[in-house]
Amino acid sequence: MTSTLQLFLIVSSALFSIGLLAALSRRHAIFILIGIELMLAAANLNFIAFWRFGSQPQPPVGVMVAIFSIAIAAAEATVGLALVIAIYRHYRSTNVDQLNQLKG
Amino acid sequence: MNATAFIVIAIITIAGALAAATLPKLIHAALSLVIVFVGIAAYFFLLGAEFVGLVQVFVYVGAVAVLILFTILLTRRDIVSERGINWGGVIVALAVFGGLLWIILNTTSLAVLAPQFEPLTVKQIGESLMTDYVWPLQCVGLVLTVALIGALILVMEEKIER
Amino acid sequence: MSWIVTNIWLIPAVPLAFSLLILFLSSSRRAAAAGAAIIGQIIALGFSILAFLPTLQAPGFRAVQSFTWFTFGDQALRLGWVLDPLAAAMLIMITLVGLCIFVFSVGYMAGDKNFTRFFAYLSFFSGAMLGVVIANSLLLLFVSWELVGLASYLLIGFWIDRPSAAAAAKKAFITTRIGDLGFFLGMLWLYHTSGTLLFYDNGNGALEPSGLLKIGSSATLVALLIFCGAVGKSGQFPLHVWLPDAMEGPTPVSALIHAATMVAAGVFLVARVYPLFSLGAVNGVTPSLMVVISIGVVTALMASLIALAQFDIKRILAYSTVSQLGLMMVSLGVGGVAAGIMHLLAHGFFKALLFLGAGSVIHGLHHEQDIRKMGGLRWIMPVTFLTYTIGMMNLSGVPFFFSGGWTKEEILHRTAEWPLSRLPHYLMLAGVILTALYMTRQMIYVFFGRKRETSDAHESPRVMTMPLIILAVCSIILAIVLTPAWPWLHAYLNGEPARLDFGALIQPMLFLSLLLVAAGIGLAWLMYRNAGETDPLARAQPGLFRFLGQKMWIDEFYEHTFIAFSRVVAHLSDFLDRYFWDGLVNLFSGMGQAFAVLSKGFDDHAINARVDNTTAGARRFGRLIAARHSGQIQAYLGAIAIGMLLLLVLYAWLA
Repeated sequence: MTSTLQLFLIVSSALFSIGLLAALSRRHAIFILIGIELMLAAANLNFIAFWRFGSQPQPPVGVMVAIFSIAIAAAEATVGLALVIAIYRHYRSTNVDQLNQLKG
Repeated sequence: MNATAFIVIAIITIAGALAAATLPKLIHAALSLVIVFVGIAAYFFLLGAEFVGLVQVFVYVGAVAVLILFTILLTRRDIVSERGINWGGVIVALAVFGGLLWIILNTTSLAVLAPQFEPLTVKQIGESLMTDYVWPLQCVGLVLTVALIGALILVMEEKIER
Repeated sequence: MSWIVTNIWLIPAVPLAFSLLILFLSSSRRAAAAGAAIIGQIIALGFSILAFLPTLQAPGFRAVQSFTWFTFGDQALRLGWVLDPLAAAMLIMITLVGLCIFVFSVGYMAGDKNFTRFFAYLSFFSGAMLGVVIANSLLLLFVSWELVGLASYLLIGFWIDRPSAAAAAKKAFITTRIGDLGFFLGMLWLYHTSGTLLFYDNGNGALEPSGLLKIGSSATLVALLIFCGAVGKSGQFPLHVWLPDAMEGPTPVSALIHAATMVAAGVFLVARVYPLFSLGAVNGVTPSLMVVISIGVVTALMASLIALAQFDIKRILAYSTVSQLGLMMVSLGVGGVAAGIMHLLAHGFFKALLFLGAGSVIHGLHHEQDIRKMGGLRWIMPVTFLTYTIGMMNLSGVPFFFSGGWTKEEILHRTAEWPLSRLPHYLMLAGVILTALYMTRQMIYVFFGRKRETSDAHESPRVMTMPLIILAVCSIILAIVLTPAWPWLHAYLNGEPARLDFGALIQPMLFLSLLLVAAGIGLAWLMYRNAGETDPLARAQPGLFRFLGQKMWIDEFYEHTFIAFSRVVAHLSDFLDRYFWDGLVNLFSGMGQAFAVLSKGFDDHAINARVDNTTAGARRFGRLIAARHSGQIQAYLGAIAIGMLLLLVLYAWLA
């Protein structure tokens, strides 16, 4: 067996689905963040895989997008975790079931 | 590309991801997440994107995972007792996976082998960052600064009120 | 090629930049804010005049600048700017009328605590509208179009502490959004068939022969979808309901919305993509143009009739705008693009004049808007009275000295020449009488008769009367280039040289419309001369008057059909949300309970809705959206995931 693009995509879709599972079914806010990080990582894997399996030589677009995506993910994690701490201070809980302030 | 390496990394990464998503204790999940990140970095090395792999290790393992651990410690008193599994989420996630898998397997143009390629040097990446991608780079810098300040303000504000 | 032609983007950019600047000023810097907004508008006006000059040199001048926004695969998404007679004329009108309104606002909003924010929004509004005018890409036009929508939302709801203003803002935003959905779909369809969203691109644009060839038979569908957007923005039937409610905003905002920006955008859009409407025309008639005419005729007549039975000075003007826009749509539909745009330009001036005049009256009477409480103001507010009369003459369609008269004349001509039927023509003639009738009624109530509760009324300060005078003079000067003897503007917009021909002045249509206007004014004079608290029409025909006064029950109709329907759907999906996410397992055990909740929801809302039908429809809109939300982020995320699944299924199905 040799590794084709399909295999990479299958691994990344598995990672994405597991991330979605964590984001959808866990109650704790940090789990949701973990799920989102997993989904982002899966997307990055896709970028790199498509870049590597594309016709060569080509400009390093996939690599660049992955680098920027990692930087944005870091910013997102920072703000997300700060929000978790702020919410925890306010409600004494990080259980997202109790957070329904978005309801109008 | 080395098939054995691929399979080993796949098993470790997916097992880590499953653990991160389902373990009841937050701290265990966060540590499993580190394994996933290292696994993905290994994939990046395998795919010839060594620089991205290194960035992945630095940023995710070095920063994000540590940040998550710190947050867990800071909100430790909030011990969560997860009541059962939310089957709705599981079903949706499985359905999404099934759909993606179906599409991937049915797209024959994806069954390609990796072509020969010139390794991408850090010099090349640096050059494109400073030429073609200088605008996105500046924007990302701005976003990171704003995120930093925003995070500080979010965490500080409540303290002032008390 | 002059410098401004290649840098035409500066015209919208300047007001937008000044808007941003004002937003950062502290709210105590009132003079600086107003000054910055006015300077921004003056610069934009100067640039517009500079851009106008080269278009005079050659008939049919068109300069296009396109650039690539981004590329994906082998396709490039390109945006661009265009300067042609249509855009240049609109630029001048928007910046000039806008400037007058800005200056007027300095006086009108003098006592408001959010003075600086108001000017930031005004500048933003003006800049967004200028962007609509010079966009050469449907996408760029759509972006500016949505910015106009956002600005109108912010300004209509400017007095956020008034619930009615907040409701009106929401209503305006959501109603126009319904039309914009059609616009968006039309845009996607256009890209699908023609592969480009540029209007003009050296022979490759969507509106040029080769592009139109590619669009072919789907042009009707694309045109109608885009027309949905115009219907929403220009307040055409059936989406006109937001426009009268938009009167909740400060009066200068109403003037801006009704004259220079927002509603003009819809008519402009149809004129801009006119080749799509007229593609494959037989005798100048296509199915899409038929729709435009029908909607225009219905809107024009319905709004004029409703205007007859309103007592709010601004609402009467609002309905007159709706009817005039209908008239413009009819003109576009019968092939008179230039006539429609001429009326749009003239309307911009005199409707701004009328609204600012109404603002002056309202200001002078300490925010009284009911015309039954006004009266005898002609001696107290002479400048306002005189300028208002000029505006009213324009709107009623008195020719010779008033631009509105000539343009209306031109439209009547076009409708008379329509090959298919004379019906639109006769209906528009009826509209002329109605317009003269309701405007005279308003004049009599406000300025003539005995003084009612107007004892401490006063004329407005110079800063408010000057814009009135300027606009009045403009609307008269504009008449010079509109006469049939020297139809310069018409020729300019059509890209032909103008000819001088005094013989064209003598024609039967002119006498006919003069007669009709005189009949309308005379009839109104007879009817309303001695009108008191009760309207003479209400005394003679109370049922009819009530029907018109309640805006033909259209709001209520929507309330009981579309809104009630969506409320039921909303509760159903809310219910699904809650129970689905709490586990499919529970769903089976809770089946009986679920049906009970569902039928209770039906009962509550089918019965309750009848009981309190007086509640504003817009508030229902808000509640409807709120009910859709359980407020839990995971539910939202789950919805996104399900949406993604549906897309996958769609993909699999199509592949």
